[in-house]
Amino acid sequence: MIEINNVSKWYGQFQVLTDCSTQITKGDVVVVCGPSGSGKSTLIKCVNGLEAFQQGNIVVNGTSVGDPKTNLPKLRSRVGMVFQHFELFPHMSITENLVIGQTKVLGRSKEEAQERGLKLLDRVGLKSQADKFPGQLSGGQQQRVAIARALAMDPICMLFDEPTSALDPEMINEVLDVMVELANEGMTMMVVTHEMGFARKVADRVIFMDHGHIVEDATKEEFFGTPRSERAQQFLSKILSH
Amino acid sequence: MNYHWNWGIFLEQVKAGEETYLDWLITGFGWTLAVALTAWVMALLCGGIIGTLRTAPQRGLAFFATCWVELFRNIPLLVQMFLWFFVVPELLPRELSLWIKQDMPAKEFVTAVLCLGLFTSARVAEQVRAGVQSLPNGQRMAGLAIGFTLPQTYRYVILPMAFRIIIPPLTSEFMNIFKNSSVAFAIGVLELTFQARQMQEDSEQGIETYLAVTVLYFICAFVANRGMAFIEKRSRVPGFIATSK
Repeated sequence: MIEINNVSKWYGQFQVLTDCSTQITKGDVVVVCGPSGSGKSTLIKCVNGLEAFQQGNIVVNGTSVGDPKTNLPKLRSRVGMVFQHFELFPHMSITENLVIGQTKVLGRSKEEAQERGLKLLDRVGLKSQADKFPGQLSGGQQQRVAIARALAMDPICMLFDEPTSALDPEMINEVLDVMVELANEGMTMMVVTHEMGFARKVADRVIFMDHGHIVEDATKEEFFGTPRSERAQQFLSKILSH
Repeated sequence: MNYHWNWGIFLEQVKAGEETYLDWLITGFGWTLAVALTAWVMALLCGGIIGTLRTAPQRGLAFFATCWVELFRNIPLLVQMFLWFFVVPELLPRELSLWIKQDMPAKEFVTAVLCLGLFTSARVAEQVRAGVQSLPNGQRMAGLAIGFTLPQTYRYVILPMAFRIIIPPLTSEFMNIFKNSSVAFAIGVLELTFQARQMQEDSEQGIETYLAVTVLYFICAFVANRGMAFIEKRSRVPGFIATSK
């Protein structure tokens, strides 16, 4: 589903990604973790072409992301993305947030889009908030709406860029619950997160990044059992000790 | 002060004609409104486009927009008025130049609107650019991630918020355009300032004349201000801090 082959990226002289390669097959849930500044967010943004990369290639569902001939908007419309800071459109009601992509990008009728949007809103437990605006919702609620907005486009896979990092602790679980449910339904997911509980529960593989390198790419059992790299062991000991 | 006050002057007839001085001022007020409002529509359209292009990732477009802004905001408005009126027609092909000078209807009005509209568009463009750049980059990414093209992202995501954010500075620009329209008298538009000068010379009651004109300009700017405040209130985004109040 997603193939990342020898991707390197520079900001001017500074190299943020070095020779990153991995694959995500259909139905897999892959968690990407690592210290801040390690390039995980940059890597996930390369997957749908929000960030450009200078070397290597990324193929999503048979389409090469870096190819100048690729219709990126079309590709992105099939790849759902959830951001750290939710990024709902603040001037639109919750319903409008869910509808606009479906009507303007997928060409669905307004009625169809609304029906689909409300169904997904119900699924993330927020049907009663349909007519509110993003600014009137809590962070956890906004992030659940953001997930519903991405799902409304019927994505073939989902990218999550630190979806719980900006949330108050008591709101993290309501978002993770939605994500676990999604994973259990067989959605292909690439998740940048520090939530190791989530990784333990649903991840098929864990990728550990440091200084722009993929240091470790292992099954969940291997990673939590005996991570091979010293750096990953250090990282785990720091975030799992409390 | 040895001044002969005469507040009844407005209802008196002008020296060479049937109409009263009040008629002159009302006509002038009408042209002031016409120049200012037409130029404002133009300034909003051009300023919106140019300000957006200034934030575009395509270097060429951004450069063009920067040139536009620098050109129209670095030359005094009065000089621009003369340039459009006296210089630009001379630079055009002969036939067109002749037509403009001899046959173009409402030549002074059209020139004044063009000049004031372009001048103000540069200022509006800067505000639009500031509004766009004040939004978090994540908004642009979210628009693109959903499958919007870059123009769609601007149309549905970025500009609706940017314009809401810049309503306060746009308000003062809208007020400025009424006040700046007075410069149009220099090329012979029969607007309020022009009529005031004419009335002052004709009636020799300069103080009454300019006090009346002051009140009329004040009303214009005041109504513009209240109108924009109303729009700001109507377009308020619930729960969004920057535009609440």
